[in-house]
Amino acid sequence: MLDKTLTQLSAGLARGDFSSVELTQAYLERIRSHNADLNAYITVTDEIALAQAARADEQRAAGNANPLTGLPIAHKDIFCTEGVRTSCGSRMLDNFIAPYESTVTARLGSAGAVMLGKTNLDEFAMGSSTESSYYGPTRNPWNRETVPGGSSGGSATAVAARLAAAATGTDTGGSIRQPAAFTGITGLKPTYGRVSRWGMIAYGSSLDCGGPMTQTAEDAALMLNTIAGFDPKDSTSMDRPVDDYKARLNEPLAGLRIGLPKEYFGDGLNEGIRAAVMAAVSELEKLGATVKEISLPRTELSIPAYYIIAPAEASTNLSRYDGVRYGYRCQDPVDLEDLYKRSRAEGFGAEVQRRILVGTYALSAGYYDAYYKKAQQLRRLIRDDFQTGFREVDVILAPTTPSPAWTLGEKSNDPVAMYLEDIYTLSTNLAGLPALALPCGQVSGLPVGLQLIGNYFEESHLLNIGHQYQQATNWHQQSPVL
Amino acid sequence: MSLDRSQVENVAQLARLQVSEDAMSETVASLSSILDLADQLQKINTDGVEPLSNPLDATARLRADDVTESNQRDAYQSIAPSATDGLYLVPKVIE
Amino acid sequence: MEWETVIGLEIHVQLSTRSKIFSGSSTQYGAEPNTQASLVDLAMPGALPVFNENALRKAVAFGLAIDAHIGKRSVFDRKNYFYPDSPKGYQITQMDEPIVGLGEVDIVLDDGSTRTIGVTRAHLEEDAGKSLHEDFEGMTGIDLNRAGTPLLEIVSEPDLRSAKEAVAYLKKIHSIVTYIGISDGNMAEGSLRCDANVSIRPKGQTEFGTRTEIKNINSFKFVEKAINVEVQRHIDVIEDGGTITQETRLYDADKNETRSMRSKEFANDYRYFPEPDLLPVEIDDAYIQDVRDHLPELPDAKIERFKADYSLSDYDATVLAASRAMADYFEAVVDVSKDAKLAANWCMGELAGQLNRYEQEISDSPVSAADLGLLIQRIQDNTVSNKIAKTVFEAMFRGEGSADEIIEAQGLKQVSDSGAIEAMIDEVIAANPGQVADYRSGKDKLFGFFVGQVMKASKGQANPAQVNDILKSKLQG
Repeated sequence: MLDKTLTQLSAGLARGDFSSVELTQAYLERIRSHNADLNAYITVTDEIALAQAARADEQRAAGNANPLTGLPIAHKDIFCTEGVRTSCGSRMLDNFIAPYESTVTARLGSAGAVMLGKTNLDEFAMGSSTESSYYGPTRNPWNRETVPGGSSGGSATAVAARLAAAATGTDTGGSIRQPAAFTGITGLKPTYGRVSRWGMIAYGSSLDCGGPMTQTAEDAALMLNTIAGFDPKDSTSMDRPVDDYKARLNEPLAGLRIGLPKEYFGDGLNEGIRAAVMAAVSELEKLGATVKEISLPRTELSIPAYYIIAPAEASTNLSRYDGVRYGYRCQDPVDLEDLYKRSRAEGFGAEVQRRILVGTYALSAGYYDAYYKKAQQLRRLIRDDFQTGFREVDVILAPTTPSPAWTLGEKSNDPVAMYLEDIYTLSTNLAGLPALALPCGQVSGLPVGLQLIGNYFEESHLLNIGHQYQQATNWHQQSPVL
Repeated sequence: MSLDRSQVENVAQLARLQVSEDAMSETVASLSSILDLADQLQKINTDGVEPLSNPLDATARLRADDVTESNQRDAYQSIAPSATDGLYLVPKVIE
Repeated sequence: MEWETVIGLEIHVQLSTRSKIFSGSSTQYGAEPNTQASLVDLAMPGALPVFNENALRKAVAFGLAIDAHIGKRSVFDRKNYFYPDSPKGYQITQMDEPIVGLGEVDIVLDDGSTRTIGVTRAHLEEDAGKSLHEDFEGMTGIDLNRAGTPLLEIVSEPDLRSAKEAVAYLKKIHSIVTYIGISDGNMAEGSLRCDANVSIRPKGQTEFGTRTEIKNINSFKFVEKAINVEVQRHIDVIEDGGTITQETRLYDADKNETRSMRSKEFANDYRYFPEPDLLPVEIDDAYIQDVRDHLPELPDAKIERFKADYSLSDYDATVLAASRAMADYFEAVVDVSKDAKLAANWCMGELAGQLNRYEQEISDSPVSAADLGLLIQRIQDNTVSNKIAKTVFEAMFRGEGSADEIIEAQGLKQVSDSGAIEAMIDEVIAANPGQVADYRSGKDKLFGFFVGQVMKASKGQANPAQVNDILKSKLQG
């Protein structure tokens, strides 16, 4: 039962093959068996889940079910969930019982989805391996000695290991797509502003984007149908109509023009991943697509641009954690300065402090123009490069990561080495574009993935291509043996 | 770009982060290596390019002037480290 | 050495919106601590700001009122600093692209001359909460009700040359913002607060001296005193061979001195950058025109109209138009009494005097404009004399009733019955034969003595004109 996709489970509930309570119990059972080992969840909300499942079953009995009613999912512990600890993977918020609900989780909750728990992440979403969490690293279910990617590593592992039917994630520089690639699942980073950020704890405000992490593109469409849309509580949320993301899933791909950016296929790319991605390209050609090489010449510069902009925004977004109104407060502060400095030094981990310091420096007097402003200018150039590309092709296809999952601890002491691994995902966040990560092969027993990058608000098209690809292949059906 | 210790101390003061003596040299080194990475930006000519702060170049949507919030003090202060008589408490502030 | 004083003011005006600038919390003054602090105001993780259109509208109205450049595109920035009353660790403000650009206002000085003062800019920002320093278990208490109240910060050019000019400018800004209804202007409640940048330089020198900033001065009186005492401090320091340190100082009204603020002693680096949670604000000509169409008459225009329509002197028109409340009251009195000169005298005289005596605002006046108008009618129809009317007005102010009720109840109606007046005069003449003889022998000045005796006998109620006429003829006897 737990190997089924969200869409299949939805059909099973509708047919009455099983109840939501039964399904939820099965997931909770599996979480009990494997979470200690994988550390995908920070908090398992058994009671809430069972109560929601019982309510979902009642709704279904009353004939009020919709596609998500009764489906057990997990939330990245960056979304505020009222009455439930929302830690963001940080000691700073270890005692933070959120007093309100994020728009994403509220929408899923009103659609009838059941919350199994809150998943692990790099502290404040700052990382690519889920090793910087205060709650310890999450393991990759394909090989427990490797990382699941990050920062949404807990959600990725939960979905890959079938500890949840689907999960929410957030993507600031690849945090949905990279862990999706490392664990063999599907992950969608929507257009910036398509999914509300209200209640989603901020890392880099102009980059942060919530999205679905699922087994299939079809499941991602199902979830996006619920979480996408305008929210008056988020000024950056876009007030424009939302597609029915399932409507185009079955369109044929004949005539589709795919661009392969040559900068994404350079020397740094693992040969196994190159082969897997090119095999997927052939598959899409068989389905009617044509392929051409394009250039995104500033791809490499996305790394310095991102690692200025994101820490700069983060450095001030995290100023609110001061030990005054909520969160961690140091013991016996002698004065106000001591309260601030020790609460923050003790409450934040090393990588978070590092990014706060970098960001503070980049915004400080005399350096703003050389760093922050320069990075924002480069950001426009990167966006323009994509727009040039989209004049020639409909979508851009590229590997999601340059290499498969690395060994736990391998890059922990070398932040720059870890940052370089984000090279293929950062540009889309800087440009605000949607991108869909799909599993497309394995290298040494570890999943690897490709991503499809579309123009603004073209999520429907990406999901269509992803679904057609998954109809023709079975990489998305592979799951690790626990 | 390599930083010196006093620059790191200054930034840590602005960010209100206590950097311990033990961690200082490693902090100086890692910040310097990150800024080396960032310095690739300096090679690029961006003259006349408007900085992009929102990817969609969108503009503000305005809210009507309505009071929509009610008093939730008890709920919000139940998670406060220190509050008395409805006030958040901090070590004495001297002006 | 002769010194020239250079002053620039930064005036923070709380805009009178119902809800806060970035959240739906009430801005009502005086609520229980933290009962008007929402998720956004408390900077809860994940909470986001949304801009209040009414704050924008009020800021544009101010810009139009001072004929300033209106920013069709304005951008919010974060100003980063840690302080417990600033819950996000940054203040949302406007740095490079403010909503209001260069403008100017005219001030009238004591000698009647006019000076034009430049307004550099006015930008929108959020107010901070309040730190309460009374002892709470040895701690400071933080109340965030005020956090997020919309502020318009109005920055002047360093064009002011004396404390008096600074006060005149501050009063002018106060008058404009209350006229156009963008703020209640209540300084006691902090709706209008002022920081003063003060420096001195030798007369004739063009470069500015080192300035100090006096923070949070909260009354017109203190602005004048604080600036004067700070200017004198600058002169004393410099003439003693010292130098002025650029710093922020607080004015202590009890000691009438300024002192350095300890908490701001190290230079801050505010790390301004565009607020990514808010998008640039763009407005078009139609929006600006709509705000313009809803602007009320401004003080300068009103003064001209008062002079033209009511034949008031320059002085009277200026005093009456100084506040919108007084101007509106005056016009309502004219409406009922149909006598602008009397209405002006009463508003500036008795009304202002009583308000001053009871320390009340005109909006709280116990005597309505219509009631004062009716009292003036009673003067015009000779029911009471001007003098008795003052007694009636005092009783009205104490809440004893309307003019007619008080006149009736206290029997203050003027005596115009010539028989009764004659009888009183006869008594006075009979009782003072010596003075009558003196008067008739040429001591004309004694006439006033007889008038006084008659008025006394009538308890002030005799019609003075009749008393004059009859007395004159009887004394000539």
